[in-house]
Amino acid sequence: MGKLFQAIRSSQIWRSIFRHGYPDTPRNRTLAVLSNTFLHLHPVKVRRSGIRLSYTWCMGGLTFFLFLVETLTGLLLMFYYRPTAEYAYQDIWALREHVPIGIMREMHRWAAHLMVITVWLHMYRVFLTGSYKPPREFNWNVGVILLVLTLLLSFTGYLLPWDQLAVWAITVGSNMARATPFLGHEGPGASLLSFGGLNFIHAGDDARFGLLAGRFVGEGALLRFYVLHCVGLPLIAAALMAIHFWRVRKDGGISGPL
Amino acid sequence: MGELIKDAIDWLFDPIRYFVGSALILGVVFYWRKFFSRNIVIATFFVGFTAFMLWAPSDPDFKKIITKPDNVPIIILITTVIFFTWLAMRQGVINDERAKEGKPSIEGELGKKKVFTWPDLVYTEFICLVLFTAVLIAWSILIEAPIEEPAATARTPNPSKAPWYFLGLQEMLVYFDPWIAGVVLPSFIIVGLMAIPYLDTNPKGNGYYTIEQRPFAILFFWSGFILFWVSFVILGTFLRGPNWSFFGPFEYWDIHKLEPLVNVNLSTYFWVDALGKPLPENALLREAPGIALILGYFFVLPPLLGKTMLRGLVEKMGIARFNVFMQLLLWFGLLPLKMLARWVFNLKYFIGIPEWFFNV
Repeated sequence: MGKLFQAIRSSQIWRSIFRHGYPDTPRNRTLAVLSNTFLHLHPVKVRRSGIRLSYTWCMGGLTFFLFLVETLTGLLLMFYYRPTAEYAYQDIWALREHVPIGIMREMHRWAAHLMVITVWLHMYRVFLTGSYKPPREFNWNVGVILLVLTLLLSFTGYLLPWDQLAVWAITVGSNMARATPFLGHEGPGASLLSFGGLNFIHAGDDARFGLLAGRFVGEGALLRFYVLHCVGLPLIAAALMAIHFWRVRKDGGISGPL
Repeated sequence: MGELIKDAIDWLFDPIRYFVGSALILGVVFYWRKFFSRNIVIATFFVGFTAFMLWAPSDPDFKKIITKPDNVPIIILITTVIFFTWLAMRQGVINDERAKEGKPSIEGELGKKKVFTWPDLVYTEFICLVLFTAVLIAWSILIEAPIEEPAATARTPNPSKAPWYFLGLQEMLVYFDPWIAGVVLPSFIIVGLMAIPYLDTNPKGNGYYTIEQRPFAILFFWSGFILFWVSFVILGTFLRGPNWSFFGPFEYWDIHKLEPLVNVNLSTYFWVDALGKPLPENALLREAPGIALILGYFFVLPPLLGKTMLRGLVEKMGIARFNVFMQLLLWFGLLPLKMLARWVFNLKYFIGIPEWFFNV
């Protein structure tokens, strides 16, 4: 058995993938982190104080983990789901009725709820440890944008089941856009943007119309939210996450006393 | 006995008592943090909370709200926020004690030592990953994701609620028009959060838990996050029923519950009640007292405070930082002020110009 492992480890294939031995020496532990695309977002060494659970609460890492869960389960859901008013609701029912071990939608939904909570708690921890202070000001800002993106991801996903809960939650949520100052047709200042009695801002072109691709939550909104939910927002979030993790490393790893 | 407790809880959970009570609890916990950071306190809380959650669903009205699948996260939110607040407070208290004795913080003492990411950090991450995968699978098997009737734009459910994480904003709609509650205040929340590192010039408390070295920052964030965000989410989820009326946790969601709306504009108070005149025709003249009040609040108050009470702060922060900070703080303060004015004077709007959708 030992010989077999030895043979595998010394084979050309193995050595082409892993450029270091088993990570039990300082040299190999360093190489394990540095030569791995994903692990190298971590610094090689971290503060002993920083990695205690009572300090970090693990919330940032969990948020990232939940994002990965969402990506995976979301991908599987996309196989079964068509974002049209005709099929969306039926497809969600079919997921429950016809797909064996159909817990993907459950996992997707519960992980999404959990992700909102973990991202809030992550921000809470970072604030309470003063980890937004120099030199981490910029990364806090990236984090705030990621928090908003998490909420937007959750919000766009909320519409997709196309049931009463979804449609009316999005209606309530997007009604606010109607009141955007200057850009919503029921917002203050919108009536000032007119020329010769002709209003530039009305129900057919205001901020809410842009959001929903229509005057109410309809098929246009469904497609728009679907594309944002599955492609647009995750891409932006992924790019910002890369920056966020990289900056954690560049700004001195997990925060600790200066 | 059970009914008496239920009635007492329902009585306690009316908007004013709920909000003022939460604020008081936060203040008490902050002031007596040494006591509240003990192990026994959090243990008592969790025992009490578990006992309550086991007993309360015997009430059909309570059960109806609590067993909605989408409300499970709110229970997680309540328990985790309370637990982690306690945990942070405990470490803050310990570090403050150590600072008084001239010792470095726990983080400071351990921080000098550095360990390898592999295995120390990677293992923690891996265990968390496995644990949470298991939790998610169990949760997904046990509770089915909700699916209601198919979308029908002609049939409005009552109440229509936004997703739970936006219920804080929906709750603000009780006090403000959508342009403030739904657009201006959320924008200022985001801008304000992003401005925090540039406004907080206190170099202390960077990378370790402490309360005494930054009491204002902690209190500020507590009130923003716990009082005006998390507690509003809880309120919106559990205590707002049909017509957005307020219901106690054990109250039946009666669709016909009427809450008399007798809210009055500031202009009416000023012209009709105080001066005994009819409301002026001209909107600007009519709303002049409210406009003066709001302009004074935003543009006279900051320099006045900067010259007097907050002089030290201006010197410490610089005039530019101070003004940005004051504007953000005053927008934040507008919410409790409006709530208070609503409760005490039944005030509808400080400035009410519905002709231009400009109501404050």
